[in-house]
Amino acid sequence: MRKVITGNHTVSYAAKITRSEVVAAYPITPQTQVVEKISSFCADGEMDAIFIKVESEHSACAACIGASAAGARAFTATSSQGLALMHEMLHWAANARTPIVIANINRAMGPPWSIWTDQNDSLSQRDTGWIHYYCEGNQDVLDSIIQAFKVSETVSVPSLVILDAFFLSHTSEPVDLRDQKLVDKFLPKYEAKWKLDPKDPHTYGGLTGPDRYYELRYNLQKDFLRVEKVMDKVHQEFKELFGREYGRVEPFMADDAEILLVVSGTISSTAKQAVVDAREAGLKLGSLKIRVFRPFPFDLVKKYLKGKKAIAVIDRNYSFGGEGIFYSEVKSAMYDEPHLPIYSYIAGLGGRDVAVKDILAIANLAKEGKCDHPTWWGVKL
Amino acid sequence: MRPSHLVGGKTMKTTIPKEELVYSGHLACQGCGATLAMRYTLKALGQNTVYSVPACCWSVIDGPFPYTSLQIPLFHTAFETAASMASGIQAGFAIRGKGDINVVAWAGDGGTVDIGIQALSGMVERGDNVLYICYDNEAYMNTGIQRSGSTPVGAWTTTTPPPHFKKSPKKDMVAIMVAHHIPYTATGNIAYPEDWIKKVNKAKEIVGPKYLQILASCPPGWKHSSEISIEVVRLATSTRKWPLYEVENGNYKFTRMTRKFVPVSEFLKLQGRFRHLTEEEIDVIQLLVEEHWADLCAKAGIENQFADKLEGYTEKVKKHHPQWFHIEED
Amino acid sequence: MMAEKYEIKISGAKDMPPMAASLGKMLVNKTGSWRNIRPLVIPEKCNGCSLCWKFCPDFCINIDGDYPIINYDYCKGCGVCAHECPTEAIVMEEEIK
Repeated sequence: MRKVITGNHTVSYAAKITRSEVVAAYPITPQTQVVEKISSFCADGEMDAIFIKVESEHSACAACIGASAAGARAFTATSSQGLALMHEMLHWAANARTPIVIANINRAMGPPWSIWTDQNDSLSQRDTGWIHYYCEGNQDVLDSIIQAFKVSETVSVPSLVILDAFFLSHTSEPVDLRDQKLVDKFLPKYEAKWKLDPKDPHTYGGLTGPDRYYELRYNLQKDFLRVEKVMDKVHQEFKELFGREYGRVEPFMADDAEILLVVSGTISSTAKQAVVDAREAGLKLGSLKIRVFRPFPFDLVKKYLKGKKAIAVIDRNYSFGGEGIFYSEVKSAMYDEPHLPIYSYIAGLGGRDVAVKDILAIANLAKEGKCDHPTWWGVKL
Repeated sequence: MRPSHLVGGKTMKTTIPKEELVYSGHLACQGCGATLAMRYTLKALGQNTVYSVPACCWSVIDGPFPYTSLQIPLFHTAFETAASMASGIQAGFAIRGKGDINVVAWAGDGGTVDIGIQALSGMVERGDNVLYICYDNEAYMNTGIQRSGSTPVGAWTTTTPPPHFKKSPKKDMVAIMVAHHIPYTATGNIAYPEDWIKKVNKAKEIVGPKYLQILASCPPGWKHSSEISIEVVRLATSTRKWPLYEVENGNYKFTRMTRKFVPVSEFLKLQGRFRHLTEEEIDVIQLLVEEHWADLCAKAGIENQFADKLEGYTEKVKKHHPQWFHIEED
Repeated sequence: MMAEKYEIKISGAKDMPPMAASLGKMLVNKTGSWRNIRPLVIPEKCNGCSLCWKFCPDFCINIDGDYPIINYDYCKGCGVCAHECPTEAIVMEEEIK
């Protein structure tokens, strides 16, 4: 079934079609339509779930962890300040190995109040032990949530599925909502290996000394190392069932490109148009979308960036006192290629539009080797 | 000479169930009241129970990974999430047809009346089927005796050293719960396990949110020797400082009536944390006891046989310390 | 030693569940070593009320027989049992170490 729906409603449909059993959520702009729609799904009996209308995002995340620990599939959605409030529980979810999925609508952090997109909210959660998906379009949002549950439940690591405020959350696009039977086949009912059960009582998360804590964290990273393989398999299976192809990264006219853009989120679509326009103007431009940010696809970034004349990383985020966050990761991936020029461009913070002409200009700067490391593109001085 | 009734074996009388769901070897201090609170509670709840436990003494008492002192599943959670975690656990069970499991949020007083009050308030307002139990040792004992919103007026803690001892009264959490229209809430005391077990059993049968608060002595935090752990909390109730009552659908009922006047000083003098108090300051504490008692009597619709104490003390305290406990040291 | 049978052998990461899930009982921890004074039961004085058992914070008093039997493997020596005993059937004695 195809429907023209917003990114927010796509998230609601994803919760429904993945048969999420417990949803605990708190409203925040621009996520509110997600919870409104899930509320009506539950009220209409279209969705067999318990919706806990919690009093904060902190409690939303806690309740999802509890539901997951009890053996149920749990889902929530939030944004920005809400995700920041969850921070403590994001660590808790990952360390408790509860495979919950959160949709986060990227929104700039205050103050000043902003409701528009940038990635500093989700990237601040980089080290919490979650899998991170960055979405380009609404179909991507739906499919990523379906895939995220499968990957998360396989490796017992939670997933964050991230979409841009307004550019996706409030933008309507045609979305193939998938056949429920196919989704059920792809994503069977969650069966937790370890769960709260009075017939098999265990204490979870008790005080652990320096002699054992270290090994538990090693085990988490060991499972993170499995994620890439699991994802590749899941993407293959998804393609066979639904006919749509996904990877941890998405190259666009990258193979023969001389200048390569590294992008994420909705800027990826704009970058594709810029690539097409640049090619017409005679510039051999290509782009690489980072879809999965954690675990970072070091292998694939290396593969696609190797041998290029210049790389332009566009970051809709910033680590203050540091640099663009994707830029750091890309540089680290290309450590073995010391002669590859990698340039950093910051753009679009707080929802500032990043248009095709901006990306073309950035590509031309990279071609000429012009970069202030970083260049804050379009900043009014 | 052994009494004749003991001859023949198996003759020891018990007033509470014998079944134990806790193991020895736990890490509580000598004379710990919180362990008794757990033990009595599980005697009432039985095996079909799951606990959500935030940071509190029980995060340590239960024992380090890979060991536990309990025979029921326990999920350790962050400080402010006892209630929200329990709501999630309950929903997770309910959607899988296991709604009959007793889901308990088990928190200390700091995790309840301070950092956890928001999640608790949300859980109760939503009407989630969770039994919330606060074992109240009246300060952040696990972190080394810092004052909490549940520390009583007049008490020393490591963050309220005299003369800056606690100047504000203890937060009345039961009243706060009543204001939430909670179906059932009650106080308890480890010195009266029969009363407590009755209350837990009652709470267990009610579908919806329940809040119970049990006073549990803490020898290192209250500065008393471990052998009087029971005596000291027994005095908390017999001096009416910690009355035992329950509120069912808004109806107050005393579960233990006090007829004889025992001055609150009897309770205070056993504990080092009140050692610095002057007679006049103790009078103010007595006034607070009388005020609370009069309020409870009015709510329960019974005559306050200690009404005369209130009048006398009001004048005395007004004269010496007008609203003493609200005024910071100058 | 009695407690040893409860020991859980974990040599490294491979022996651990994904999260810190308990695998054994705290009975492994013989808290009797914390004790400075020890309770001594005088069976002749016991009236069988079991208050000592009821108020023991270490759950180490057995009342299946005619009088309380204290498990010194776990008794921390808090003294509650002796203090609560209405017939002085338990006395606290100096621990001999």
